[in-house]
Amino acid sequence: MTRALGRQGAMLAATVLAWVPAAAVAATVNLGNGTEPESLDIHRSSGVSEANIQRDLFEGLVAQGPDASLVPGAAESWTVSDDGLVYTFTLRQDGRWSNGDPVTAEDFVYALRRGLDPATAADYAFILYPIENAEAVTRGEIADFDELGVKALDDHTLEITLKAPTPYFLDMLTHQMGYPLHRASIEQYGEAWTRPGNMVSNGAYVLSEWVPQDHITLTKNPEFHAADEVQIDEVLYYPTEDAGQELMRYRAGELDVTYDIPADQIDWIQANLPDEYRNYPYLGTYYYGINTTIAPFKDNKALRQALSLAIDRELLTAKITRAGELPAYSFIPPGVMGYEQQAADFAAMSKEERIAKAQALYAEAGYSPDNPLQVEILYNTSDNHKKIAIAVAAMWKQALGVQANLRNEEWKVYLASRDEKNFEVVRASWIGDYNDANTFLELFLSDAGPMNAPGFNNARFDELVRAAAFETDVATRAEMLEEAERVFMDETAVIPIYHYTTQHMVKPYVKGWANNIKDVHPTRYLSLDQ
Amino acid sequence: MYAYAVRRLLGAVPTILAVIVIAFFMIRLAPGGPFDSERAIPPEIAANLAGAYHLDEPLGDQFVRYLGNVLAGDFGPSFRYKDYSVTELLWSGFPVSAQLGISAMVLAVLLGTAAGAYAAVRRNTIVDGGIMALAMTGIAVPNFVVAPLLTLVLGVYLSLLPVGGWGGLSHAVLPVVALALPQVAYVARLTRGSMLEVLRADFIRTARAKGLGARRIVTRHALRAALLPVVSYLGPATAAIITGSVVIEQIFGLPGIGRYFVQGALNRDYTLVMGVVIFYAILILLFNLVVDLLYPLIDPRVRYD
Repeated sequence: MTRALGRQGAMLAATVLAWVPAAAVAATVNLGNGTEPESLDIHRSSGVSEANIQRDLFEGLVAQGPDASLVPGAAESWTVSDDGLVYTFTLRQDGRWSNGDPVTAEDFVYALRRGLDPATAADYAFILYPIENAEAVTRGEIADFDELGVKALDDHTLEITLKAPTPYFLDMLTHQMGYPLHRASIEQYGEAWTRPGNMVSNGAYVLSEWVPQDHITLTKNPEFHAADEVQIDEVLYYPTEDAGQELMRYRAGELDVTYDIPADQIDWIQANLPDEYRNYPYLGTYYYGINTTIAPFKDNKALRQALSLAIDRELLTAKITRAGELPAYSFIPPGVMGYEQQAADFAAMSKEERIAKAQALYAEAGYSPDNPLQVEILYNTSDNHKKIAIAVAAMWKQALGVQANLRNEEWKVYLASRDEKNFEVVRASWIGDYNDANTFLELFLSDAGPMNAPGFNNARFDELVRAAAFETDVATRAEMLEEAERVFMDETAVIPIYHYTTQHMVKPYVKGWANNIKDVHPTRYLSLDQ
Repeated sequence: MYAYAVRRLLGAVPTILAVIVIAFFMIRLAPGGPFDSERAIPPEIAANLAGAYHLDEPLGDQFVRYLGNVLAGDFGPSFRYKDYSVTELLWSGFPVSAQLGISAMVLAVLLGTAAGAYAAVRRNTIVDGGIMALAMTGIAVPNFVVAPLLTLVLGVYLSLLPVGGWGGLSHAVLPVVALALPQVAYVARLTRGSMLEVLRADFIRTARAKGLGARRIVTRHALRAALLPVVSYLGPATAAIITGSVVIEQIFGLPGIGRYFVQGALNRDYTLVMGVVIFYAILILLFNLVVDLLYPLIDPRVRYD
């Protein structure tokens, strides 16, 4: 009797237990991430794909909230001196590396020195140039790193001295060049410190697997100071170079978020998956640069303005790019902190008025249908660039009688042509490195080098932008930069066409993925609602 | 035959050297460098980068340095994928491309010869016409059309197979089929033509006269003779599979070495491109040698002295 009861009891228990829900499965999110990372070393990579992964692995002094606002990161608080030159950061006491070591101010000193060290050859070292003596160190003019304006006052206090008040400095620190590094593991493993198993990180995640060209797996870092708020246990980053292919994987359920969207399927997506389509302005501008160092554009403002007026930006964004881009009447996009957009005066004109004015200016410049302007538009190989160039050429022809021909070059060849000023009109774009007007305007300083594709050279503009770098009053500084942009736009060395937007597909069960102008979506804020 | 093989191998060495020299100088002649980017880097940083990768040395010196490294087995670091050496990238990517390519070849040969032989035996019937029509479509429709179509139907709508990535058997089905399809078609047509000719030969007539069954004639006697053109075709077929795999790997997001070819060139990743070029050159030379050595096994009339 007892044995039979025992057996029956066991069967009953087994049946009951079968209905008890299994232990919680690890929450995993699959993210499309564009290109395969060049490197996970924060000093050897600078692209968006790399930044997304590094943002999950590391945490800088200042971090970004889900809406990209600045929040305390590794530093729990900071003070700025009255002249805006000295920043003192107090690090949080519970900051830890993934191997348990505490995060100290020395880790930041080590990392910033390594980033500026010429031997590291970091291509984004210049973003740290606001720091005192940073530029001299990278140029090799100063060999003693003690002269760099970065000091650890004690284990948890870091002091950074700048060479000029830089209101956007905190925003710049969210760039990966501002992250700390774990010195011991880098010295131990050398070049291989970025391999899974070797890498020690202080962010919400650690690197657990990297199969080149296939996927990168990050798992939750239990030593992270906010680990109990992190709900995703595992995140997989997939290289998705082809947007059409990425969309198919998304539709098949293999990806939860995409990196981009194929432009030719936007209409289908908006009709069939409208709730999953995320579209938001981005801190970037697409423009045509005019080579002001050569004839016929040199000293010929009327001609340049005519070309700008004759372009119908509304048509281009509505019919060709179609991803909600904003027609651009200023160079600096909307949404820049503390800055008011400076729309060109012809923004308010109707299309007919603009064409009329364009024709008048064209004639003033000495051209007519019998004496048309011959111009060449250079762009890099891409379907969208080609369509826009064809449309612009047609608009110029229809309104003014301009004869434009198109030159298409592969990316690296295009870069060489652009840098050597081997063009008349060049298609270009600029995405801001940080959320401030300066990142857009400093491109066109007369000594900016190849970045100043049009060769813009205006003394008033230089004066305003340089003086703004030393201005501590926020409102005055904004006015100076706004005036600089007005001067710049009036000269029409560039023709802004549209302001960028970002597009992603996000599954409805992914929560915490917030639209923001910097397009950052740290995985530590995400959760799955399945 | 061994002497022949050895002679061929020795002859391959100057070929590979020529490939290295030509590829090395050609890719450096292309305008643009590995570190050119949207944001033109300040000159001091560009100088640092060039120094770190020896790009500031005279071209001849760079070549000698590179050749020395290659002969010691070191293909150098990838300029673009800075955390990995070229050898590591090739090592991780090659098994994927090899599995993909070999599976596609095997599928192409097996399915193609079977279909072609069957069509030849059922000459001028509806079966024959059907198979040849399918073959024609397989040749005419490019694989970058077939692959997304198959993916859409089988992966997205029917959810039978994964759409991208590489993992198990299920990940391999769509890419292998898409890659093999044009080759199946070619092999089928080749086999059919060759089989038709062989079936008319005297020795087949003798076999029939001796009373051998039709199936035995085809499978044991005729097929072997008919395979010669197919074996000859394997050389160009490998080339087609290699180039086709670049497209297929891109479409399915497979971590193979085909993509390094194109991406390496577009990124001006000198070392990666050189590594892939040398790798493919050796592969093709070896494969052609193997195919040539296969001939005497199939056709006893062929002899190498």
